[in-house]
Amino acid sequence: MKAPDLFVSAGPGPGDRAWTVADVTRRARQLIEGGFTRLWVRGEVTGFKAYRSGHWYFTLRDQQAQVRCVMWRSDNLGHAAPAEGTQVFVEAQPTVWDERGEFRLTVRQLVPMDATGPWQRRLEQAKAALERDGLLDPSRKRPLPAFPSCVGVVTSPDGAALRDMVSVLRRRWPAVEVLLVPARVQGEGAEGELLQALARVNRLPQVDVVIVGRGGGAREDLWVFNAERVARAVAAQRAPTISAVGHETDVTLTDLVADHRAPTPSAAAEAAVPDRAAVAQLVATLARRLGHGLSRRTALGRERLDRTGDRLEAAMRWQLDDRANRLGRLAAGLDALSPLKVLQRGYAVARDEQGGVMKRVAQFGPGTPFRLTVSDGDVRARAAGSQPGGHS
Amino acid sequence: MASFKEELERLEAIVRALEQDDLDLDRALHLFEEGVACLKTARELLQQSELTVKRVLEAADGTLRTSRTDL
Repeated sequence: MKAPDLFVSAGPGPGDRAWTVADVTRRARQLIEGGFTRLWVRGEVTGFKAYRSGHWYFTLRDQQAQVRCVMWRSDNLGHAAPAEGTQVFVEAQPTVWDERGEFRLTVRQLVPMDATGPWQRRLEQAKAALERDGLLDPSRKRPLPAFPSCVGVVTSPDGAALRDMVSVLRRRWPAVEVLLVPARVQGEGAEGELLQALARVNRLPQVDVVIVGRGGGAREDLWVFNAERVARAVAAQRAPTISAVGHETDVTLTDLVADHRAPTPSAAAEAAVPDRAAVAQLVATLARRLGHGLSRRTALGRERLDRTGDRLEAAMRWQLDDRANRLGRLAAGLDALSPLKVLQRGYAVARDEQGGVMKRVAQFGPGTPFRLTVSDGDVRARAAGSQPGGHS
Repeated sequence: MASFKEELERLEAIVRALEQDDLDLDRALHLFEEGVACLKTARELLQQSELTVKRVLEAADGTLRTSRTDL
């Protein structure tokens, strides 16, 4: 059988050829507009935006569904713009926006009610419950660990948020281990996945800090982070938590219960780990002080290892003062001056039975037993006689 | 194995002791050697440049496993 030439004949359409997209959307609009008269719809306003043209765009929603709305300037003049979360009645014509093939309501009248919508109400109830249980108390906030060795990240595995965080961690403190516990962060099923992920990360004892978050999005998209159960799961974490729910305006419940709130995923990663360059500076300073501390002590205590003690001390001071900024060379240089290396050159340390160092002639009465530590071990010895002389 | 935090704290304590306490040479040198060891460990960790990223999965029996992932 010959295949139909779709440009010629395809079925019940205008001229019976294949439809164009514009044909379909136009027909849909006709059907919808024909099938609905203007009607009153009630719902909660969200994502409201007024453009410079004067036209209003918003979403109307309830527990089960949502629909996009437009209210033209000519119709909204004289109306007060509805606040986010308010429950309203709209008189509207259901239609299809041809260009986008999108079902929407063209609103002709808008009547706000005093009561707030169910979403907003649930949010306020959840917030009150969390507050009652003390979970929003600022004194609850725990400090973040200074040098975490493992970061748990609860976020979408496909989003830009994760990529941004990994990039910051790699630059700042690559010694950390990142454990990704994936979960969807918006839409149906996101709450369940987040609860599961938060339970899992809480079972990992090696995690020192947890980041929970996502990138920016519309208020509706972030709403799962306002779920009471999600907030409670974050509050129950064993490790300190950083909330990173990118948004422009309001704070979510997850942000409020976390130990630390970051405005973006990148900021969360910066808060989670120290800056490698800054820490390297700190360590270099400690190395310098270590060297100074010893050389000063040998000078102050006037302890000399031998007649050549002056030279040794000078060598130590030179090595340490001038090379103190270079960790590697410093460590190697200090190592060469280690007392063990010194012993190899023939110096010995005399110790009494208790292991205390014996430095004075007076300690070596005739017949006094002592141990002499030389390069390859200890020698048991007894003082025969002494000769005061000293090297001070 | 001491954590980086512990190494750093130990190093700071050693430096303070060397600077302030009344120590004999023997003790001072011992602390000094220990300080050098702390420095070496700290340096090694700071030089690590490869970030480890793993994905956490839950097996059918409920145990948690991690697997390397590219990111």
